[in-house]
Amino acid sequence: MHIGIQHYLAVSMILFCLGLLGVIMRRNLLVIYMSLELMLNAANLALVAFSRFNNKLDGQVLVFFIITVAAAEVAVGLALIVALYRKRQSAHVEDLTSMKL
Amino acid sequence: MKYENLPWLILFLPLISAAVITLFTLRSKTVSSLISIGAVVAGFVMTVIFVNANGMQFSGETSLQWLEIGDLKADFGLKLDALSMMMLFVVTGVGGLIHIYSYGYMHEDRSMARFFACLSLFTFSMLGIVLANNFLMMFISWELVGVSSYLLIGFWFEKPSAGDAAKKAFIVNRLGDFGFLFGILMVWGLLGSLNFSALQNSITANPAALGAMATTAGLLIFCGAMGKSAQFPLHVWLPDAMEGPTPVSALIHAATMVAAGVYMLCRSLFLFNADSLHVISYIGGFTALIAALMAVQQNDIKRIIAYSTLSQLGYMVMTVGLNGPTPAMFHLTTHAFFKALLFLAAGSVIIGMHHEQDIWQMGNLRKKMPITFLTFTIGTLALCGVPPFSGFYSKDAILAQAWEQKSYLLFGVAVFIAALTTFYTFRLFFVVFFGKEKSDHAKHAHESSLVMTLPLVILAVFSFAGGFIGITNNYGSQFVHEHETFSAWQQFAEPFHNPFPMVCGLVAFAIGFFAALSLYKNATSDPLPKKLGGLATLMKNKFYFDEIYEATFIRAHDFLAAVADWIDRWILEGAIIGAIRGGTDLSGRALRLAQTGNLQTYAFLFVLGVALLLYFVLGK
Repeated sequence: MHIGIQHYLAVSMILFCLGLLGVIMRRNLLVIYMSLELMLNAANLALVAFSRFNNKLDGQVLVFFIITVAAAEVAVGLALIVALYRKRQSAHVEDLTSMKL
Repeated sequence: MKYENLPWLILFLPLISAAVITLFTLRSKTVSSLISIGAVVAGFVMTVIFVNANGMQFSGETSLQWLEIGDLKADFGLKLDALSMMMLFVVTGVGGLIHIYSYGYMHEDRSMARFFACLSLFTFSMLGIVLANNFLMMFISWELVGVSSYLLIGFWFEKPSAGDAAKKAFIVNRLGDFGFLFGILMVWGLLGSLNFSALQNSITANPAALGAMATTAGLLIFCGAMGKSAQFPLHVWLPDAMEGPTPVSALIHAATMVAAGVYMLCRSLFLFNADSLHVISYIGGFTALIAALMAVQQNDIKRIIAYSTLSQLGYMVMTVGLNGPTPAMFHLTTHAFFKALLFLAAGSVIIGMHHEQDIWQMGNLRKKMPITFLTFTIGTLALCGVPPFSGFYSKDAILAQAWEQKSYLLFGVAVFIAALTTFYTFRLFFVVFFGKEKSDHAKHAHESSLVMTLPLVILAVFSFAGGFIGITNNYGSQFVHEHETFSAWQQFAEPFHNPFPMVCGLVAFAIGFFAALSLYKNATSDPLPKKLGGLATLMKNKFYFDEIYEATFIRAHDFLAAVADWIDRWILEGAIIGAIRGGTDLSGRALRLAQTGNLQTYAFLFVLGVALLLYFVLGK
């Protein structure tokens, strides 16, 4: 079976939807966070696939940037979650409703 | 023009004084009053210097451009001619004496500094009217005079009656000023200028320049004078204005401010055509008549003099209407002397009587207050037109003017008023100074201090001699081209040129005097109500003008206000604003439900939104 771009994109979409479901459904902040990363990587996969099949390097360059930024974002995000946990003694989204009036 | 800067200084010194008193010296009575007195006396001295240097027949203008909007050029300028210089003398001279008198009169009052600040503000505004070379500046000063009059009538604002009187004066004046402003705008629209000299030139060049609107414009401008000079039907504020301190009544509501209307008419006389002058003369005559009738049955010493002022102002306005600016201004000047004198003497009586103003509580004061009595007598004789007092000459000039203009109805009315004037003035005179003491206060009355009696004496001198010291010469040179200057002796004998009006005036005096003598020589209560019955009640209640206005205009105004209030409350605020506010509130409440505060709901909605967007952008 020849593996074409459709297959890559299908995997990417599955990964993205799994990540999205995780973000929407899971209650634990850390898991939500990991799901978010999953979505990013799904996007990365799609970019790399397009790059490969179009013979252009732009997509791969963009992926490098995304990975770099994601690494930085992880550092900041985890720090925030830790700080939040220390303040609230909880990492569950149900407890984070201070935006409601 | 020599000493060109002096008039500016004369004008602005009182304003500076008012500012300095208000900002710095409000705590000190003495310093404040001295600053204020100093400003106006300095103004008088500078007026003398200026007139000496330039002569009375001189005429000139000095002005700065103030603003320019399109075609409208407004100058801030001073006009100096015989008319304004004579008025400068009256305002700073009589005003100065009243300032000095106030120092004694207001000595006990704890707000004396505020009083002098207001007085200075008034002097500035009045000088502004007198010196203005254009309608705009005159109108501004006109309003300033209204404000300072409001402040001074309401000086004892703790008394509700004083507050009400101040409001009444201001609002009634505003009614007149509304017409005045329209008149000014109309003149500007038709002639394209506000400067008096320019207006006069364009009218002289083309007498029909105002066209069909001439009468309307004239009458609208007269509305201003109607308010300030308290002419019928806007006369109701002046008697109530007597709630202010007596020096204020003397300065503002007798000598200067109420004369501003007459002055303005004379200043802009060229604008009036025969029809509007006709109306003006009849309104003046009618005011003079009803005011004199009302005065007959008043019992408050200040109110009697106030109605007399009203009546004399009617005389002046009538004379302007009879095309006689010279006699009108002549009477204005002599009236300023003797009416200020009468008011100040009345103030002296009031102080001596411990603030009792009812004449039926007084009596036999001539022995207790000799200087006041003597000066009051001179004022009375001048007001009644006894030769050779000043009032005789000016009143005779008015009667002669009416006679020469062949306005026999107004002549008859004027003679009748002269008799009435004598009657009510001598009624006051006999009841206050003769007969028995009618109360304990009258038994313990005392003469006032020198600072109060000295201005009385000076004013008495001018009230006596004002008829033949050249006042008519100066005004005459303003209004009559071929005016010849009379010597003192010629002025003294002037009434004999036209003996009939003079004889009528003297007969009127005699009738009034003997009627008052027989009725009031030793009266302890007023015998007139019994003899006149209903008429006396009418006179006493001022012909019910206040009540009529209350029932018609004020009631109608209240009704309009209630309607406006209803519309505002229920339609604007209730329906329109309520609907907008309620709608916002309701939609806010509904939309708030979407804000759950749950992070994941937001995330879901966000994704849903993106999905929808993608569907619409790419899906089709």
